Amino acid sequence: MTSSASVSFLNEARRVAIFGGTHGNEMSGITLVNMWIKNGDEIQRNGVETKPFITNPRAVEKCTRYVDTDLNRAFTTENLSAPSKEDLPYEVKRAQQINLLFGPKGSPNAYDVIFDLHNTTSNMGCTLILESSSDHFNLQMMHYIKEAIAPDCCRVLLTEHPLLKYSTSRSVAKHPIGLEVGPQPHGVLRSNIFEAMRLVVKHALDFIELFNQGLEFRPCTLDVFRVSEKMDYPRDTNGNIIAMVHPHLQDCDWEPLNPGEPIFQMFDGTSICYEGVGTVYPTFINEAAYYEKQQAFVTTRRETLAARAIKKAHD
Amino acid sequence: STNLAPKKIAKYGTCIGGKGDEFKGCSLLIIAWDDRNCSPYQGRNIDLNCMMEPVSTSPLSRIAICGGTHGNEMSGVYLVRELQKQNLEKVGAASITTVISNPRAIAMCKRYTDMDLNRCFTDALLSSPLKDDTPYELRRAQELNALLGPKGSLQAMDLVCDLHNTTANVGLSLITYFNKDWLILHIYRHIQRSITSAPVRLILLDIPYADAYSVDTLGKHSLSFEVGPQPHGVIRADIFNIMKEAVNKTLDWVQCYNSGRAFEGGEVDDVYIHVKSIEYPKDPVTNHITAAIHPQLQDRDFGLLHQGEPMFLTFSGDVLKYEEEEALHPFFVNECAYYEKNIAFHLARKIKITIPTLQVKR
Repeated sequence: MTSSASVSFLNEARRVAIFGGTHGNEMSGITLVNMWIKNGDEIQRNGVETKPFITNPRAVEKCTRYVDTDLNRAFTTENLSAPSKEDLPYEVKRAQQINLLFGPKGSPNAYDVIFDLHNTTSNMGCTLILESSSDHFNLQMMHYIKEAIAPDCCRVLLTEHPLLKYSTSRSVAKHPIGLEVGPQPHGVLRSNIFEAMRLVVKHALDFIELFNQGLEFRPCTLDVFRVSEKMDYPRDTNGNIIAMVHPHLQDCDWEPLNPGEPIFQMFDGTSICYEGVGTVYPTFINEAAYYEKQQAFVTTRRETLAARAIKKAHD
Repeated sequence: STNLAPKKIAKYGTCIGGKGDEFKGCSLLIIAWDDRNCSPYQGRNIDLNCMMEPVSTSPLSRIAICGGTHGNEMSGVYLVRELQKQNLEKVGAASITTVISNPRAIAMCKRYTDMDLNRCFTDALLSSPLKDDTPYELRRAQELNALLGPKGSLQAMDLVCDLHNTTANVGLSLITYFNKDWLILHIYRHIQRSITSAPVRLILLDIPYADAYSVDTLGKHSLSFEVGPQPHGVIRADIFNIMKEAVNKTLDWVQCYNSGRAFEGGEVDDVYIHVKSIEYPKDPVTNHITAAIHPQLQDRDFGLLHQGEPMFLTFSGDVLKYEEEEALHPFFVNECAYYEKNIAFHLARKIKITIPTLQVKR
């Protein structure tokens, strides 16, 4: 891999995986991956080996988020190197298997790209999740996708944060991409949400095909929302939730939230207001799975990233 | 054409004829008609203001409010907890019992642990002997029967009110069984007139009392509230507030009723009788669902589904249409918990009911 001042030359992205069922009740990805395992025509591209894969089959079978522990938090260095003879939680063993099949994480043999398909109960629309602001391949892909689905919106959430970043199943790949589409209740399949996710994957694969064919992608900018702070529900001394996301904030993912505006409503109707500094852009507002992770929503701040020109390196 | 002829249903020994005189003294009159026609008998003028005798019923002295019958339906869980924090014990002359129906399921934030608690209250299941391997929910159902029932006895609660959420866009739907319960119909009418924050409808289940399976049937009067759409495991403030308002209006009505006010009879509309259920199309080999609810049907609970209109959109892009001649009203469209029962949605016939004036017995 060499880069001149203007163009980054990157290896071709030949091995691509599409993960569904990392959470066993997020139905769009599960349905798409099962469909593509049966008939993969739609995801075939010249010069690309695409592998659809159900990451957490036991959770999918039970239509539950996870069996022992959240698979999408399980890919820590500690878990991946834990001796496999121990009585490990199901998802930790599964993470080790996935790391062998699609990794090893951090090695030259790892898959080039992994798309991890998720749904959320939050009103986030289509959201691409970016783990690193210096992954120019991903920056260019996300820029391509956003342009391709315009005028429909696709936001980019940057989870690069020393405390809030988490060890995802997709992180075994060189270029990990998360795709969240909502709002959809867990366990439910909505046609519009399903088709939106399908279309984003289609554009992503088109990008990879074009890149592998040698197309140079010019420098561009990518507007992102960088995670800032996790906000929990107000709780009593026993840890029970004592207020709900305020009607003013509910469903308002990506809209500006200013200090003094209501964020929670107590059961008797009293409002609790945001006391931060400056305007933030909340997201993952009222995601069902985050109640147990002590998160009512996460605040983000807007940023513009500069993506370098990229082109496939010659062999 | 005969296909558009309204369906006339006579119950409880009354007869419905064509002249109007026969309607006098009817104890229950139900007229179902084609929604497009909006007149009960084609070509006939029938005066619907038949002379129904006023009815007097016993006071409601003991009322139960149940939440968490399904452990991931959050409005009821939190509302019952709030009522318990406020020590709500009496409303006027009526005593209130608040119940957390399925604590184990609530702790796991799941619908149930072994089996659906809200299917355990048939006469047969309530009287089945307990064994070591009896599912948790069946044991709990028998405990609740002892606490709030016994079902069908004089000791049972006067009114059991059970709180639910659904992922379907049903607004505020009341559910009760299709029996001669004027009191519940009056409560429905009161709520329908006084709540504006959501559409309000009544669903009637035509099931014999012995086979009636839900926890509210433990009471002499049964009523369930379904508020949606809300994802399971989530609490939405707007949905919670609708549930809270519905419970408050019910308790207001009970207080007025117990204090002797007469509630005038008349017509009750937006009543739906469950007719049948529609299954998801499935792949015969993998048993996987092969289509999603069509975008034109999704979120359109209680709209009319006509012959030729879309029901499902397959993953390969085909539209599966409703083929029956009789237009019916879909409800519980895309309810999460029904996937395992293979129900995509229910279909109902819309009717109006005439109810008599009601007053508490002195």
